[in-house]
Amino acid sequence: MSKLRQIAFYGKGGIGKSTTSQNTLAALVELDQRILIVGCDPKADSTRLILNAKAQGTVLHLAAEMGSVEDLELEDVMRTGYKGIQCVESGGPEPGVGCAGRGVITAINFLEENGAYDDVDYVCYDVLGDVVCGGFAMPIRENKAQEIYIVMSGEMMALYAANNISKGILKYANSGGVRLGGLICNERQTDREVELAEALAARLGSKLIHFVPRDNVVQHAELRRMTVMQYAPESQQAAEYRALAEKIHANSGQGVVPTPITMEELEEMLMEFGVMQSEEDRLAALAAADAAAAAEAVPA
Amino acid sequence: MDLDQEATAAVNEDLIAEILEAYPTKAKKNRQKHLGVAQPAADDDPAAGATCNMPKSNVRSVPGVMTIRGCAYAGSKGVVWGPIKDTVHISHGPVGCGHYSWGQRRNYYTGTTGVDSFVTMQFTTDFQEKDIVFGGDKKLGKTIDEITALFPLAQGVSIQSECPIGLIGDDIEAVARQKKAETGKPVIPVRCEGFRGVSQSLGHHIANDAIRDWVLEGGDEPAGAVEPGPYAINVLGDYNIGGDAWASRMLLEEMGLEVVGNWSGDATLAEVARAPKAKLNLIHCYRSMNYICRYMEEKHGIPWMEYNFFGPSQIAASLRAIAARFDETIQANAEAVIAKYQPMVDGVVAKYRPRLEGKSVMLYVGGLRPRHVVTAYEDLGMVISGTGYEFGHGDDYKRTGAHVQPGTLIYDDVTGYELEKFIERLRPDLVGSGIKEKYPVQKMGIPFRQMHSWDYSGPYHGYDGFAIFARDMDLAINNPVWSLFDAPWTEAA
Repeated sequence: MSKLRQIAFYGKGGIGKSTTSQNTLAALVELDQRILIVGCDPKADSTRLILNAKAQGTVLHLAAEMGSVEDLELEDVMRTGYKGIQCVESGGPEPGVGCAGRGVITAINFLEENGAYDDVDYVCYDVLGDVVCGGFAMPIRENKAQEIYIVMSGEMMALYAANNISKGILKYANSGGVRLGGLICNERQTDREVELAEALAARLGSKLIHFVPRDNVVQHAELRRMTVMQYAPESQQAAEYRALAEKIHANSGQGVVPTPITMEELEEMLMEFGVMQSEEDRLAALAAADAAAAAEAVPA
Repeated sequence: MDLDQEATAAVNEDLIAEILEAYPTKAKKNRQKHLGVAQPAADDDPAAGATCNMPKSNVRSVPGVMTIRGCAYAGSKGVVWGPIKDTVHISHGPVGCGHYSWGQRRNYYTGTTGVDSFVTMQFTTDFQEKDIVFGGDKKLGKTIDEITALFPLAQGVSIQSECPIGLIGDDIEAVARQKKAETGKPVIPVRCEGFRGVSQSLGHHIANDAIRDWVLEGGDEPAGAVEPGPYAINVLGDYNIGGDAWASRMLLEEMGLEVVGNWSGDATLAEVARAPKAKLNLIHCYRSMNYICRYMEEKHGIPWMEYNFFGPSQIAASLRAIAARFDETIQANAEAVIAKYQPMVDGVVAKYRPRLEGKSVMLYVGGLRPRHVVTAYEDLGMVISGTGYEFGHGDDYKRTGAHVQPGTLIYDDVTGYELEKFIERLRPDLVGSGIKEKYPVQKMGIPFRQMHSWDYSGPYHGYDGFAIFARDMDLAINNPVWSLFDAPWTEAA
């Protein structure tokens, strides 16, 4: 058996982490890899496309029903989906109550202690939005994910989140050995998106591992609770995910300790790519518009 | 300052400097502001005592030292709320905080435990992992339902928050409102998470605020309503340790006052709720209840005054000061009460003063007693060589000046190391502090009395209390065991 590889997908909320990770893993399984997905999001939607089903029963909900996590068996929470991919969801409280971060810690400890990681080649964590507290940093702490893939786009807040996540990785890089595997850009059709993504990757000391173009087939597949790999295996988009999966598979041990930048540096970078106007440019543009309006208002 | 006081001050200042040498620079700089020597009073009048302005107090303890402080939960559950006997106090959170505070302090009360009184019982929501993850609101609601069913004579419930409640953001106020509506009894949420503030002191304040917001302004006409007469008073900040409040109350009643509420030793929730009907608030423990006094003064126009029932000098002075707030009848009664107990006081002093004369005492207690018990010792001819507060504020240190002599060693939030060194070097004849300090001090060969709990004795308040206080100090200091402390073979042949 090859050495277990643990990877994790992070990124801004709504960026397409779960969609990207499930499609990529569905492609990775074609490379004869045995995979376990650990969804670390109270919404529990990290395995939906693999299981072709609504959210599965989660570790925390089942534990709460039975009394405590000690009463739970691995087979209670583990489901097998597309091409034998194993799926677990940590689950968590409804929005606004309790502590979802503690839930992630509880769920991951349970999985490790009960041998969920035996007999697989890949464990993949899909983590919600931002690394808001210690609980959501669990997968990047000691002896967990070795490589983090940040899903992002050319949008300002996605870049901001990517940089923030890098700070989290840096924090645990020395104690736990976690590395940044690379950035995955989900196309949003912003200005010079590829260049911007590559520039940020360079600033972080990493690389843009793949640029995933926008394609409506993803939406079609998702509405049918499927990955593109299952719904349209011959499509161009499926080929993109295969390419991404191959790159990740070949990326073992290639991760880096990221070099996150300051907010000022990030804004400077965005201005350089014309996404964000500098204050002087903005005032100049406003003045020009005012002048034009004034010229029109003057009767001929 | 006389020559003796100057010499004492010089010795104490040298001692502080020497002790600070053990610390790293930063800790030394910090601790320096918490240690000092009482200075002469402003006009250098020996009768005015001293000036005691500690540059720093009520701030965070230095990381790494042994501090003797507690937490906000201890201040609310352990001090202010816990003694209210007909109310169930839920330790809301994991089991430890509740378990280790089980039994309460020695807050004596009348009533039948488990039927209409609950002080020494322990109620907890016993949080498990799932309560942290999914929130503990439902479990709290269920706990209150069970309490209502099992203890129909409980007059209300207070929710004492442990740390996780603040971390996971449980909405205990919503549960309190809902359960109050369902059960018809007051349910009081208290946000006294232990991590808040620097000591138990903030817990007292939070507990006072909860009384203000959920009891006094709760909008209910209190059960067992009384129409207080012209002599109605509340006693605040007497927790009835070993029966203190009872020994105090009898004096106040003997002089014709009507004690309508005692907070919170042996208290009912109803007497807390009806407090704003009194004419005067008397406050013993200023540190833990001055907040609610100020509120009642502002909102209900009730004046308040501090008093001191430790030792005959302070008792007589306090009785006269209290009587001065009322008419001549009360004033005459006060004199009669003082005269009545004077023979007893004389007897106690005649018996114990010769055995205790000139003995020195070091104190380290919470927020009131470091100054309040000083005169009681002096009534027995004893001398205070050092005193300090666990969680006193600037106003407590200012008030301390009037009670101590210039040159007295003063220490704030003293560390285990500092206290041990002070005791080792000053070798007082008695140390008065808490259970954690008791055995190390006794092992140093120095008599000790617990001045939080009265060492399973008490009361110490009032005239009756003074007799017990004098006996207890004599028992500790003149115990024959101390003559056996030195090994026979180390004695000169």
